[in-house]
Order: sequence, then C-alpha cells, then structure tokens
Amino acid sequence: MSAEAQPAAALRVEDLRVAFDTRDGLVQAVDGISYSVAPGRTLGIVGESGSGKTVAAMTAMGLTRGARTRVSGRVLLDGEDLLAASPARLQALRGDAIAMVFQDPLSALHPLLRVGHQIEEAVRAHGSEVSRAAGRARAVELLELVAIPNAAQRIDAYPHELSGGMRQRAMIAMALANNPRVLIADEPTTALDVTVQAQILALLRRLRDALGMAMVLITHDLGVVAETADEVAVMYAGRIVEHAPAAELFASPQHPYTWGLLRSVPRLDAPVGAELVPIPGRPPSLIDPPSGCRFHPRCAYVRDRHRMVDPALESLAGVPSHRVACLLPETERRAIWAGLTSGAAASPVVAPESPSSGPAAGPASAERPA
Amino acid sequence: MAAYVLRRVLWGLVLLVLVSLLTFVVFYVLPSADPAQLRAGRNASPATLAQIRESLGLDRPLTAQYWTFLSQLAFHANLGYSYFSQASVGSLLVDRLPATISLTLGAIVIWVVVAVPLGVVAATHRGTWVDKLTTGGALLGISAPVYWLGLVALYLFADDIGKWPLLPGAGSYVPFSEDAWQWLTSLILPWLVLACTFTAVYARLLRGNMIEVLSEDYVRTARAKGLSERRVVWRHGLRAAVTPLVTLAGLDIGLLLGGAVLTETVFGIPGIGQLNYQAIVHADYPVIQGTVLLAACFVIVANIAVDIAYAYLDPRARTA
Repeated sequence: MSAEAQPAAALRVEDLRVAFDTRDGLVQAVDGISYSVAPGRTLGIVGESGSGKTVAAMTAMGLTRGARTRVSGRVLLDGEDLLAASPARLQALRGDAIAMVFQDPLSALHPLLRVGHQIEEAVRAHGSEVSRAAGRARAVELLELVAIPNAAQRIDAYPHELSGGMRQRAMIAMALANNPRVLIADEPTTALDVTVQAQILALLRRLRDALGMAMVLITHDLGVVAETADEVAVMYAGRIVEHAPAAELFASPQHPYTWGLLRSVPRLDAPVGAELVPIPGRPPSLIDPPSGCRFHPRCAYVRDRHRMVDPALESLAGVPSHRVACLLPETERRAIWAGLTSGAAASPVVAPESPSSGPAAGPASAERPA
Repeated sequence: MAAYVLRRVLWGLVLLVLVSLLTFVVFYVLPSADPAQLRAGRNASPATLAQIRESLGLDRPLTAQYWTFLSQLAFHANLGYSYFSQASVGSLLVDRLPATISLTLGAIVIWVVVAVPLGVVAATHRGTWVDKLTTGGALLGISAPVYWLGLVALYLFADDIGKWPLLPGAGSYVPFSEDAWQWLTSLILPWLVLACTFTAVYARLLRGNMIEVLSEDYVRTARAKGLSERRVVWRHGLRAAVTPLVTLAGLDIGLLLGGAVLTETVFGIPGIGQLNYQAIVHADYPVIQGTVLLAACFVIVANIAVDIAYAYLDPRARTA
C-alpha cells in the first residue's frame, strides 16, 4: 500500500457548487464542498437525505447536467476537470475511469435486459474492438470477481430473478467493468438486508484494495462509514461541516450535527433503557437557507452570534487533519461531547475496524500533518 | 405454456358462441328491416313473402333457427348463405379477407414507422418545437374522424375528384395477384388515412411512456456506464417504453382485421368491413353473423397473441 507516501489524489473536488433552477427558486443543493481521495483510500460522505451528498456525486459523473442546473468549481479526475469535459469526453470517462454504484439495484438495473448483457454493454462501451464473446467472457469474470456463485449461469438471469444482494453484486460488477480509478458508491447497502449489507461492504473493501481504487462511499449510516472509510466528511445543507480521519471523527466528534448523527444510531451495546436521541427539526430549505450557521435552528448549543456569523471549515488547533465548521470554542465542544458520552453510553460508538491500514496512517487528503 | 394456450383457446370458443347468440338476439329482437320484405321488393303479395320466409327458414321458431346455424357451423363449418346474394358466407369472407389484410398491414407499417420516432423524439426534445408540433399534430389526428379524413384525402388527391389527382381514388382497389402496382397505389390513401389516427394515438402514448422511462434509475445507470445517448434512448429507454404499447397494438390489429368499416366504406375497398356494412344495410343476417364472428375471432386470437408476446417481452410476466 502506498498509504505512507504522499499519494496523488485520484479524485479531487474543489469548491463544488450545484444549484437547480426550479419554479420555487434557486435550490443550492451543494454549496462549495472540497475533498480529495487517493487510490486505495475511501472517503465516507455522511448526511441526512437532502444534504447534497448524492447531488455532489452525480454532478461529478455529469449526471445532473441540464439546462436548469448551475454548476461551478472543479472535479478533477487524475487532474482532468470533469465539469469542463465535453459530453463525448465525459461519456468516454464514465463507466471507464470513474464509475458509480447506485442505491437500489432493482430499480438501477434495466428490468427487461439480462444482467450479463448489461455488464457486457459496460465492457463494450469502452473497448472499441471487444467482440461479443470477449464481452461475455469478461462479464462472467466480473460476476466471479464479485463472488456471485454459478456466474456462468447467472449471467443469463434477469434482475428480478436475483436476490437483493446478488443484484447489488451485479451492479458492482458492472461498475468495475473497466477497472475504474474512482468508484462512487451511493448508499450501496441501504436497500439491502442487514446481513447482506455487511457482505457488500466487505466486498467493496476487498475490491478497493485489490484494484487500488479510490472510493467515495455516500451514506446516511455512520456504522457503514466506521467499518469502511479512512476519512469521513459530514455534510449538512449542501456543505461539509466536519471532515476528519475516521478514527479521529469517532473518537472526538466536534460538530453538534455529528453528535446528533452519532447519538441517533441505535446500538446493541447501549445500556438498557438508553434512549435514542433524534436530531430535532428538519433539514433546512436550500432555497432560503438559515442565516449564520446553517445548523443553528436545530442546534442545542446555539448562541446569538451563531445566527449571524457563517462558520468556515477550520482545522482544530492540534489536529490539522480534523476540520470543523462550528462557532463554539473547541474546549467547550470537547466538554459537551464528554458530557454526552458519559451520560449515555460508555464507549464512543462503533470502534472503527480499519481494513488495510491502521487509523494512524493518516488522511488521504493533502493537508496531512507534515 | 401449452396448457395455458389451450385453456385460452377453449375460453375463446365459449366466447364465440356467446357472441353469435348475442348477434342473433340483437338481430331479431331489435327493430330491423324484414329480410323477406327487402328481398320481395315493394308491393309483394303476402303469399310471396310467406314463400320467401319459408325458403330462408325465417318461419321456424327462433331457437330452431339458432340451433340450425350453430350445428351447421360446428359440424359442417358452414356459416350459412347470404339472404341477399345466396353466396356462401364462408366464401364471401374468404374473398373479402385479402383486401382487409392488405389495408391493415400497410397501415400498421406506416403507423409504427412514423409513431415510434415521433414519440421518442418528442419525449427527448420535450418542450421544443418538435415536441409541440408532434403533440399538436397528434391531437388533430386523434380528433379527426376517419370518414372525414378519408373524404378530405379523396377531394385532395384522388385521380377522379381530387384537386391534385395524384393517386387512384375510391373503388380502385384490385387484388395484389391481379395487378400489384394498381394494388399498391390504390391503397396508399386508405393506408395513410387509417394510419393517421393510430399514429397520433401511439405517438402520444409512446411520448408519455418515454418521458417516464427516461427518468428511471436504470436509464441513469445506462448513462453512468458510458453508453452513448443514442443507445441510452433507443435501446434502454425505448425497450421499456414500447413494451406496454405492443400489447395495445396487438388488440388494435385484431380489431382492424375484423374490418376497418369506415375506411373500407369511404374508399370502396371490398373488405370485411364493407361486407359487414352492406350486410347490415340489407338486413342480411347470415353475413352479419359471419362478419361479426370473424371479427370476434380476430380479437380473441389477438388477445392470446398479446399475452404470449408480453411474456416474451417482459421476463417479469413469465412466472405469473
């Protein structure tokens, strides 16, 4: 693994902004987010629905292009700006250098076409001279890669003939058809049974390591991120409000929204009688977002100043890799989180099981400590 | 599958008997012209009328008449004889069928070839002038009655009464075996007129389906894997959008094969529809019964064919 060397980012997003022109007004779905992912590393992007995490990923793939979409910033795939790419260039890159796995494999696979055919299409779309037989052979190989038993037979199955887990495996096989440098997985386990979720995540980790892909894992489930991501970005109302190495984030979360996410997850090791703490209120309107800190209407620790001042994403004093957009003083935040954890459960949430490299290996992004 | 088809065919036979009974009842119960009176002409003596009634079997009880019809059909494949021309109904139908099939098949080709691209292009260029022209034109096509459209076409293009005498007009149909060129040219106007309404209906339906399908997740997946927009639309989009229409088209084809009454009448095409129309005018019960049963047959067969086709087109329907 090249984790110790300074790896060049496979995917670098710089100040991405996406707005949709709707009848009700301009919806600022993504409002200036930046991140980067190195090969073999995983960035988890966490947030409620409507936080802009999916829109950001779809925009990187060029799937939100349209007359009513306004996009600015840069999405660099190995240095090439996808936002500036021509439609033809974009078509050549997606499914090839950058690929995506979607949430619900039943609706994301064409119901009337055989699974194998759909995978073959992905192979042949990017290999100019791939014969039908070669495409089919590659499809079988891919199904074997994602551990679908009897791949040679399953290749002729229709999506509805496969179980949910098998469908998602087929979806992943399709995304991997051309050994992408970057894999974006948008809620890949949300539509699946819990036991299958774990299998799919393990599969994604294995494939990421084997193929050296940079992976962006989008989810609302912090448990998913804890097991798989090296780094976590928490999104709220179109912005990243906290960004840290996974272990660091779970050990000392800094943003009140992150606390809310952590404390609203049901846990088996929580003491009997411990209550789940939902985050009060709703995600804000993205047409007319709240003034000051966007989280202030839902924040339990809000001060007057927070309603006026918009916090920037800034590094913690001693931990440059951990950045947070919160106006509370750091000492106060640490005290509040300590109080919350001692009051509820003893241990800080799920211990991140880092697959390939230890949590100390550091973040993949450029601003690692020197 | 075989058992399923057999069951459907048996049900179809039951249905045909019911249809024949209904036709019979409608003919005798509802007020219609007296066939004997029509044959005897004006001022016929009661004796002549009675004789004609007897020769046509009209003097026998209704149940006996229906039973004769049914047993003749079942055991001798005999549909009876026309009151009007004495010709066997079966041979009349056989004579007329090629014209109706010619008319229907040509119209289908035109409407599929025109409606599919129109529907797809209108859906992919939603809101542009192409779309507006298509939906506007479709509304016109749906609203225009076939007989009116047929007459307009004749007044404009027929070589006898047309303003621009380009094509053979009404009554110019000849069988393909007689003169293929004449057959072709004489059918162009009827094909276009008959296809017009169907093109409009199917283009609109396809546009709607297509717009819906193009927003589906699997179309987004097709784009995400780097397929060309053309392949996304014409293969992934159209495949899903057209499937429900295939079933509808099957039923429409079945209906048309039973006789496009208006088109055949306006253009004087000697098909099943015209035969049916003339039989009604002449109160020619055996011919009415024959044409109605043939039409019912086509509809029933079309229904079965459509269900089989659907299972072929949509694998999800196969297990059911």
